[in-house]
Amino acid sequence: MRGALRQELLRIADMVPAGSRVLDVGCGRGELIGYLKQAKGADARGIELSQSGVNACVAQGLPVVQGDADTDLRDYPPGSFDVVILSQTIQATRRPKDVLDELLRIGRQVIVSFPNFGFWKVRTRIFFSGRMPKTGLLSHDWYETPNIHLCTIADFVALAETVGARIERALAVDDGGDVREVTRPGYWDNLMAESAIFQLSRGPGPQGPA
Amino acid sequence: MSSAFQPLSAASSVAGEAAGQAFTFPPSQYLPLDSGERLSPLSIAWKTFGRLNADRSNAVLLCHALTGDQYAAETHPVTGKPGWWSTMVGPGLPIDTNRFHVICSNVIGGCMGSSGPHDIDPATGMPYGLQFPVITIRDMVRAQAMLLDHLGIATLACVAGGSMGGMQALQWASSYPERVHAVLAIATAARHSAQNIAFHEVGRQAILADPEWSEGKYQTLGTNPRKGLAVARMAAHITYLSEAALHRKFGRNLQDRNALSYRFDADFQVESYLRYQGASFVERFDANSYLYITRAMDYFDLAADHGGVLANAFKGTQTRFCVVSFTSDWLFPTAESKKIVHALNAAGANVSFVEFETDRGHDAFLLDVPEMFQTLRGFIDSVAQARGIR
Repeated sequence: MRGALRQELLRIADMVPAGSRVLDVGCGRGELIGYLKQAKGADARGIELSQSGVNACVAQGLPVVQGDADTDLRDYPPGSFDVVILSQTIQATRRPKDVLDELLRIGRQVIVSFPNFGFWKVRTRIFFSGRMPKTGLLSHDWYETPNIHLCTIADFVALAETVGARIERALAVDDGGDVREVTRPGYWDNLMAESAIFQLSRGPGPQGPA
Repeated sequence: MSSAFQPLSAASSVAGEAAGQAFTFPPSQYLPLDSGERLSPLSIAWKTFGRLNADRSNAVLLCHALTGDQYAAETHPVTGKPGWWSTMVGPGLPIDTNRFHVICSNVIGGCMGSSGPHDIDPATGMPYGLQFPVITIRDMVRAQAMLLDHLGIATLACVAGGSMGGMQALQWASSYPERVHAVLAIATAARHSAQNIAFHEVGRQAILADPEWSEGKYQTLGTNPRKGLAVARMAAHITYLSEAALHRKFGRNLQDRNALSYRFDADFQVESYLRYQGASFVERFDANSYLYITRAMDYFDLAADHGGVLANAFKGTQTRFCVVSFTSDWLFPTAESKKIVHALNAAGANVSFVEFETDRGHDAFLLDVPEMFQTLRGFIDSVAQARGIR
């Protein structure tokens, strides 16, 4: 795992209270849930699309099902997890808004991290080269990237408002792996952060609970 | 024609009782059946592999498939072949008999020592034949629970099985959730599909159409529906493989000849192979048992027993599940496993689900699939860890 990504997973893990029930959506080879089980005594489970990822998880004794964030979240009952995590995955889903809605339904707290398309290096690459940007987190060519729904921090804040989510915490991560707590994500964060970690809950809003 | 059931029952009684692993319950301990009938006396034959530990926490129950039996990990007394799960169960293997006490019993309705249609009906003094009551998967599981009570084993570290064995494992989790720590359900379904019922019906009709079946009284009459049972097996065997595997194994290759015979001999290797499968099967299996056990699978519908909602079968479960499917299994396709997983998620259960890529079809669960062994070893190790089994 890349050092910066490892850093991010540790930051996410910090947000998870000890002993909680956690679902990691798009859990890869189980790095985060393995860590949460060990370090936090969490009842941590996962969903992963790739067969190789799932096999690796189950071979480590981690409870992971092969599944798709776009279609398989609806099986889980409301509020069935204390924390639901979607790490570096929302941009690869077909319907990010529906996925976020489902996450907020099944988890009391939702942690979402994503590559920030507003990052200055992304902006300057498009601006100067006129080509689709490739950065550390976004390393694919445009024609083979799984990242089909990229967004900026500002876009994500707007989406959170649309689905009636309350932003509990926001962290901006720069490309050196340094993390800053952000109270109200603004222009500067959107420019300087390579990726962002948001902690959300279902707050009062258009689609919030009655 | 000599009858196949003779060597069969001889083998089962010798192999079972010699090892002290067959028991007939007293009439007071009858088996209540889903049909409303009672099975009495109830006999169960079983095998164990590995030692039971002092706190009795390391028992694993293996549930065999339609034509399997208790010889999971030792040489079969009739065929002389290795046990059906000898790739999976044994010292140092994923279900490690140095760690676990593995129990495998012949299902009721079977023909390897547990009560079945070939037994003597105490009411008539004659073999049961079709007088044997129709049994269900839940009846099989109820009988296994009685066996565990008899053995003084309160809880199981794991119940594991493939195909019909997986159905039993799911039924265990539903009927006795407090007794099952973990379930390993491979290449199975929570209900038998219309297509699978249809295949079973073909097999049953092949047996019923054999004049030697004699309305099920072939034991008394000294006949044996070998042809019918062999055809049933041939048809079923195709469903256990895949088109790709059949092609890889046989293609259109000819058997012991260079040209087509323009007759109905087994020109093709695949024909010869199927004939062999059918012929060898009748040496170890009883035709009436085949009728009863296929019926039990057809009747299986775990959701129907719970108001049509499969998740209700697992409500509040603390059992850990591992559900496994194979890409080329068209008898119990991945979609069936996913239905189980969806229901378990809805029930909030702790579940793992893996699909393995193989062209070997349904029978892959009995074969050497290294990736499967590696993955299942991880699941089973985590079960041992959670149970404090060293």
